[in-house]
Amino acid sequence: MTSPTKPLIPLAVLPKNELGLTVRDYEGAMSTLCAGCGHDSVTAAITQMFFELSTPPHLIAKLSGIGCSSKTPTYFVRGAHGFNSAHGRMATIATGANAANRELTYIGISGDGDSLSIGIGHLSHLMRRNVNMVYVLENNGVYGLTKGQFSASADIGSRSKRGVPNVIAPIDPIMLGLSMGATFLARSFSGDKEQLIPLLKAAVAHKGLALIDVISPCVTFNDHEGSTKSYRFMREHEVKEIETDFVPWQQEISMPHHKDDAREIIMHDGSAMRFRSVPDGYDPRDRQSVEEYIRERHERGEIATGLLYVNESSSDVHEMNNTPEVALSKIPYSRLCPGSAALSKLQEDFR
Amino acid sequence: MTTTISHDTANHDAKNTDTGLRVNDFALKLANVNGTGSASANSLLMQAIFRMGIPVSGKNLFPSNIQGLPTWYEIRANKSGYTSRALNYDLMVAMNSQTYADDIKEVSSGGYVLYDSSWPLDPSMLRDDVTFLGIPLAKVCLENFTSSRERVLMKNIAYAGALVALLDIDLNVIAELLTESYSRNEKLLASNQKALRLGYEFAAENFECPLDIRVAPMDATAHSILIDGNTASALGCLYAGATVAGWYPITPATALMDNFTALCAKYRREPVDGAVPGAPDSIQNNYLILQAEDEIAAIGMVLGASWNGARAFTSTSGPGISLMGELLGLAYYTEIPAVIFDVQRTGPSTGMPTRTQQADILLCAYASHGDTKHILLFPANPHECFEFAVTSFDIAERFQTPVFMLSDLDIGMNDWVVPELTWDDNFVPDRGRVLDDKDLSEIAEFFRYTNEDADFVTPRTVPGSDSKGAYFIRGSGHDKFGKYTEVPADYQEVVDRLKKKHAASAHSVPAPIEIRREGAKVGIITLGSCDLAVREAIDDLADLGIAADYLRVRGFPFVEDVRRFVEEHESCFVVEQNRDGQLRSLIAIETEVDIEKMHPVLQYGGFPLSAVQVVSAITETLKDRS
Repeated sequence: MTSPTKPLIPLAVLPKNELGLTVRDYEGAMSTLCAGCGHDSVTAAITQMFFELSTPPHLIAKLSGIGCSSKTPTYFVRGAHGFNSAHGRMATIATGANAANRELTYIGISGDGDSLSIGIGHLSHLMRRNVNMVYVLENNGVYGLTKGQFSASADIGSRSKRGVPNVIAPIDPIMLGLSMGATFLARSFSGDKEQLIPLLKAAVAHKGLALIDVISPCVTFNDHEGSTKSYRFMREHEVKEIETDFVPWQQEISMPHHKDDAREIIMHDGSAMRFRSVPDGYDPRDRQSVEEYIRERHERGEIATGLLYVNESSSDVHEMNNTPEVALSKIPYSRLCPGSAALSKLQEDFR
Repeated sequence: MTTTISHDTANHDAKNTDTGLRVNDFALKLANVNGTGSASANSLLMQAIFRMGIPVSGKNLFPSNIQGLPTWYEIRANKSGYTSRALNYDLMVAMNSQTYADDIKEVSSGGYVLYDSSWPLDPSMLRDDVTFLGIPLAKVCLENFTSSRERVLMKNIAYAGALVALLDIDLNVIAELLTESYSRNEKLLASNQKALRLGYEFAAENFECPLDIRVAPMDATAHSILIDGNTASALGCLYAGATVAGWYPITPATALMDNFTALCAKYRREPVDGAVPGAPDSIQNNYLILQAEDEIAAIGMVLGASWNGARAFTSTSGPGISLMGELLGLAYYTEIPAVIFDVQRTGPSTGMPTRTQQADILLCAYASHGDTKHILLFPANPHECFEFAVTSFDIAERFQTPVFMLSDLDIGMNDWVVPELTWDDNFVPDRGRVLDDKDLSEIAEFFRYTNEDADFVTPRTVPGSDSKGAYFIRGSGHDKFGKYTEVPADYQEVVDRLKKKHAASAHSVPAPIEIRREGAKVGIITLGSCDLAVREAIDDLADLGIAADYLRVRGFPFVEDVRRFVEEHESCFVVEQNRDGQLRSLIAIETEVDIEKMHPVLQYGGFPLSAVQVVSAITETLKDRS
């Protein structure tokens, strides 16, 4: 079965971005996920985000592993180059791709099975290396394609569709990221595009690995009573205290400077993240206070969303390795091969 | 019926046992304790013989250990160029009391044992048919050196000094080598020179020097170098233009990436335009080497980089290939170039990590689940490691598929005397069929797996190219348009083309080497590091009146010549270093030649092959048949 394609005839005159493209130009094939799947909302947010940022589609590389979430890169930006890899291995492919060509915008889509079980080692090292990319973890606490097994993010006591409670402690990707040295950690909810789009934009602007853990309910296997990743549970327990606005750098001049610099963070490209209603004592640049805050909220049964942690001052994998500004793949061969004279000379050491 | 060489026993009836003067024709074995600094003394001796222009080999038979276990080094000097493992030792340097008994037993009748006479030798060890050369090495070093570390290390240089006198090695050459090695450490140089002199003088005063086995200058290594395969492979990657590498440390492949790293640091750093000289960001590295979290990540990085148009590779050994399995299938099915160096060691499982074998042939040929088939290259020595490394990137990009370079521990970690490496400055890498934006503008539509050429290769695009060339790589079932499919005919169309593409690559891999002899009815097929032992064995067989033809496969898929060679010979042997005759099986499966026509000769205990073993296996089999 092939993915159905969407009709390309616009119903109304659509607004254009700086490249003269409409939001339709950032769409992909028709989703084959279940109707109401949280992932489709994330896809819509990503589509809108790239449209609003006016990113040239061919300069986007979209990657994924295996699972429901990993199917979604076909559903956005059809003009982007894509790589649907193997279960849990997207981080490794993205690392190599980024190594070869740092000029593209990388977005990886993964799920909780892909990222927190089979691929947790790779995700951990992706964060350590600080590979410059957006990593969207569409988190539903369940294995959908294999019909409803608990994933490593399922909460203790959360019930499967058959009513069986989960008894193993969950892995929180944000807490994992804090211990792995991640430089951008955010959480959101698939049902909240208003929050998700600015977070995605900030993730693109961030220089380094930007992880967004998006709670994205599975309508088929994990949206029932007793689930802690259902639409209802999220709507009742989400705490959106750390709300953020994304200010692209072009508008920076017209914005008045914020007095409390802890609540405004300038990204490396000059754009800014503005924090609204940040709780007292919370500093998204201070790992310790972030950890305490998330734990405290978690103990109260609440899920804190927003940009939880950010560090704009650390180096990405290319800076750590002093690679050139241009893509390694674009360096002409003549500059890579030392030639016959050098070969003769270096063999003097082998006599 | 299989001929298995069960263990490394010396055949005392074979050649090299005749007494009398033997110039440039002898073998030494040095028995040491791992971690005591013997390696530098042993390679010093080998290098000195090489510089004297004499064909020589050095084989390090070492344990998977940092300190304390037995380790051996073998040196064979041979004026005719026969430098595979000797197995008949004319002189044993017995420096390890744990292994005295076995080491002394291994010496050929009429040979010598050099031992540390600071302590008396157990009389039960003595043999009437060998000469014992006792040197009080520990005592001498205790008297002449003050630090405890030097007292241990310098024993090695002292026995090297004694061997210089005993074997008539050119003192000037040794002095020159020491000066080069320790040019940055005068104190160490002085200690080494002193220890060398102590050993030399003791031997000269107490023994009749030189012995009847000795060296004399030759001119056989003038255009040769002494290099290990891992260094040569790394050089090949540098010259091929590889810019990205992903790897995970593993014996015996680690040195390949260590060498690539060192070479890049020397040849791939450029000043940044407009930067202040000396500033931290004034130098850019035109490479990125990523030490991965495991071999799965290592190959994943290679695929990501290759997808993006860089030349990328990984280096590993058998256990790493096992881990890479899934992604190798992804690369095969989605047609992404990749170069994988497998420096083979003894398996299965952890096996014997510091011992050699050729037991990953079938693993690599068919790596991954489903119908997969890969391209393999089999270098026989460091010279071929360099050449094939360059070729492997061309083939990988030409055929858009993983290419395996199957070397082994013997090639990778031992120093070999090989012809100098050469380079053609007009070389242009074959980047394969890649459509750029201009190409895309000239076609109506781009579909990833259409428009195949005579080799069944279809053009690809790299990320960043125009959206017209954008497509979605998927390891899931796809049709020739690159679209998801579960339709049998559409699925089969793609995998059938992949099979044809693999077959078409047979003419791009290095051709087999054939050496024919007049009237030969025996044919010997081999591969990789067995080369020297087999060619020596063929000469020895000729001396016994058995004419044998030689064919060394250097790549897979096989060309028609391999099948023809088997069919043309009354008796055909396949010599390889694994238990199951993997090359023989692969030839049978892939050429459909009758497997019974090929007699396996197998040596897989973990040490490099010796001609002695090949000769006895073949003569015994021929005897049984007649």
